[in-house]
Amino acid sequence: MSPGMLIALCVLLPVAGAFVVLALGKWPNAREAATLITGGLTFWLVRGLLPYMREGARPRLDILEVVPGVQLAFEVEPLGLLFALVASFLWIVTTIYSIGYMRGHHEKNQTRFYFFFAIAIAAAIGVAFSANLFTLFAFYEILTLCTFPLVTHHQTDEARKAGRVYLGVLLTTSIAFQLLAIIWTWQLAGTVEFTQGGILAGTASAGVLGAILVLFVFGVGKAAVMPFHRWLPAAMVAPTPVSALLHAVAVVKAGVFAILKISVYVFGLDLLGTLAATAWLAWAAAATIILGSLVAFTKDNLKARLAYSTISQLSYIVLGALLANRWGIIGGGMHIAMHAFGKITLFFAAGAILVAAHEKDISRMHGLGRTMPITFGAFFIGALSIIGLPPAGGSWSKWFLGMGTLEAGQVGLLAVLMVSSLLGLYYLLEVPVKAFFFKPPDDARRPEGIHEAPTASLIAMIVTAAATVGLFAYPDLAYELMSMVVPGGAP
Amino acid sequence: MSHHLPVLLVVIPLVAAPLAALVNRPRVSWAIALGAAWWALYAAHALLRQVMADGPIHYALGDWAAPYGIEYVVDPTNAWVLLIVALMGAVVTPYALLSIERELSKDRIPLFYAAFILCLTGLLGIAITGDVFNVFVFLEISSLSAYALIALGPDRRALTAAYQYLIMGSVGATFIVIGIGLLYVMTGTLNMADLAEILPQLEANRTIPVAFTFLTVGITLKLALFPLHLWLPNAYTYAPSAVTAFIASTATKVAVYLLLRFFFTVFGAAFSFDVMQLDKVLMPLALVAILTMSLVAIYQDNVKRLLAYSSVAQIGYMVLGISFASVLGLTAGILHMFNHALMKGALFMAMGCVMYRVGSVRIESMNGLGRAMPWTMAAFVAGGLSIIGVPLTVGFISKWYLIQAALEQGLWPVAVVVLVGSLLAVVYIWKVVEVAYFRDVDPDAGITEAPLSLLIPTWALVVANFWFGIDASATVGVAQRAAELLLRVGS
Repeated sequence: MSPGMLIALCVLLPVAGAFVVLALGKWPNAREAATLITGGLTFWLVRGLLPYMREGARPRLDILEVVPGVQLAFEVEPLGLLFALVASFLWIVTTIYSIGYMRGHHEKNQTRFYFFFAIAIAAAIGVAFSANLFTLFAFYEILTLCTFPLVTHHQTDEARKAGRVYLGVLLTTSIAFQLLAIIWTWQLAGTVEFTQGGILAGTASAGVLGAILVLFVFGVGKAAVMPFHRWLPAAMVAPTPVSALLHAVAVVKAGVFAILKISVYVFGLDLLGTLAATAWLAWAAAATIILGSLVAFTKDNLKARLAYSTISQLSYIVLGALLANRWGIIGGGMHIAMHAFGKITLFFAAGAILVAAHEKDISRMHGLGRTMPITFGAFFIGALSIIGLPPAGGSWSKWFLGMGTLEAGQVGLLAVLMVSSLLGLYYLLEVPVKAFFFKPPDDARRPEGIHEAPTASLIAMIVTAAATVGLFAYPDLAYELMSMVVPGGAP
Repeated sequence: MSHHLPVLLVVIPLVAAPLAALVNRPRVSWAIALGAAWWALYAAHALLRQVMADGPIHYALGDWAAPYGIEYVVDPTNAWVLLIVALMGAVVTPYALLSIERELSKDRIPLFYAAFILCLTGLLGIAITGDVFNVFVFLEISSLSAYALIALGPDRRALTAAYQYLIMGSVGATFIVIGIGLLYVMTGTLNMADLAEILPQLEANRTIPVAFTFLTVGITLKLALFPLHLWLPNAYTYAPSAVTAFIASTATKVAVYLLLRFFFTVFGAAFSFDVMQLDKVLMPLALVAILTMSLVAIYQDNVKRLLAYSSVAQIGYMVLGISFASVLGLTAGILHMFNHALMKGALFMAMGCVMYRVGSVRIESMNGLGRAMPWTMAAFVAGGLSIIGVPLTVGFISKWYLIQAALEQGLWPVAVVVLVGSLLAVVYIWKVVEVAYFRDVDPDAGITEAPLSLLIPTWALVVANFWFGIDASATVGVAQRAAELLLRVGS
């Protein structure tokens, strides 16, 4: 199969799968089998692009010229491939999880749910493989729009309000800031193609380029840099599988991925390092890291706490990009993968607790660990990864990010990373510790006979938790891909 | 025959109109109208191809050479406008069959089609003629038939709306004829090409600026530029659905064409913009139109009226493009004439479907229509995305060029206004989406999906919205060529 064909299939297969799902709506088993098969095939296809990276090739697929000079085109490079691998692999796992969750929770409109889910994955892969800012923007907006029906899945008043915040923030930032930045880039550079070394160097004064960078960083609202983070907690009204895959992996990672990509291929690290705006924005990201962790502290609702933890962790990646050195980019890119596996495990556990014990609040989870040991065990491992402790994959990305801050001579930022990890140690580990070691409250109106979550959900959790540990032992693939993005010496 | 194409384009509909009235049988009259409209589409398309391949076509009516006889001149600009008008006529006529049968009493239907075809004839005539007095004649044909069409609306307020339009339209037409008269007195010719040659020699003459001013006010009244838009919302709201769809996507576009023709071809860009400082008038008015009219649209309870205010805002985009007086700006303006016809046509036709089944387009009567009329509401959402300017829709292409044109002249606040306009569009479109998708339909109403003869034309336009949004090379090519010719740059 030619590489262009492979790229096209990676994006089209989930779309085709979505329509098969729609056609099979009346037969739930067949419908979910179709989703699983599509997921498996998609991951296998994405994986098929890996050898090209190792050969140093950059397979490209030009679809058409939308307006003169602006192509709708895909070009696979290592960073995008890493993101696509993570998203497509976790799609399989999430589908398994969803089968348990959606049936166990008696959700309505499950066909619509699986349909838009598949479209969202196609859009995420489209973002990952985009060859230029226009294609990136197009798939970014598709991703926003096709996740709207997922966020508002319950169609209640609460969902409607959350949907307003979701679309409001994401569309406002993308149209008002990001699109302006893209057209400005086009005006200055005469191209919007992602190019090694950047396209903006020397096209305008540092002030103008700094303004464009600010527009990009805040315009990519999916990266949730404060003050444009409100949509992410709002999105938590969605069913848990949506929060798990889309609002811990596909959607939010599309945001930070875009920022990494823009930093490396539009600005170029050399230019980025010289701009005064970069340093200011790095501190904005640092502020988001700390504030996100602090807010997470105050949340008793488990999903809300995880959402703020995500906001904080996303800014680690934004910070990595803005450090404008090799270690920052490698750490940031690896954190896309590491955080994805860790956070999805946490969300899976949160959903499992909801389905099995009908509890949302951490203060009501005391003692649940004894009845649901696998769920809380998985939660514990996921939490270790987010905090950055061995033996979980998160320790590697945090290590490289730390090196990046030192290379940039920013000890202050290193301190921020440390403080945030300490905060995480408390607000994440509180959950399993209380579940395992605290006595259940006396007034607990708990129904009798709580047991573990549905089997399908447990399998998914075990897979992601095991992968989290596995990534500590074998972070090689993520590291290998990221070091191709920023060639340089060995660590 | 192809030699006589320019005149046949106009004459065949002109003859079809009385024929439709004479046969006096609703369906036969409709068939005649359909034949005339499809003929016009064929002819307009053939003319555009011919012009793009071989350059402008000059046709002397009755072989009386200009400047004594009337001359029809077709260049890329008006071939483009002819195509827009004919295309919308050809799409709306099949749609009208059932929609009009529902909204009008049977005895009026033949007269309706007669007026409809006359209106089409008038609009085509304005666009094709190279003679300024002939412009006025066709303007009256199209306006008088439009007043009649609007007055036929099912709501009694249609009469006052038509009357209001009649008064305002007549004032506009009078201003235009005064302007034309003054030009004739000073130059002794009515031929546009002749005028363009003679006028530069008369620059010191004080009558010419007066003529220019009369024409400007008259035409901006016709195209409903803020603050001369007051006739438009009522006219669009109370006219029969098919009429709204047709007039909203053609009549104002033809008026925009007149603006282009008079300012660039007849007076010349140098006189209009350097001497008369037209840009200093048009640009602020366009910006105010975009902002205020989008805001007003948000507060409307009748969706047709909401879309009407949105149209006034969108006209602001076209005029804004023209006010840059640059190739990029004119390209944006000319592109948006076509693009806006596609999106507003689709939206008004979707509302016609709602009118057909529900009998009202007030927002509170649209509860739950997303479920009851899925295809109709999906068309509305798709058209809405295009108005917002989501990538891969035509709305995005217009915005891309408009913002480029603003940035090219360093007018970034103008670019911001354009983007804010998009965001306001999100608000008014989503207002309808929320009602349609988040409320429950009244189960007793028994509302079902609209018939296919309404849905197919609607969806034809929806598909066109995406088609020309994904591959805009053809439309951009024509618009750019037209812009270059109007500004007399390049060839």
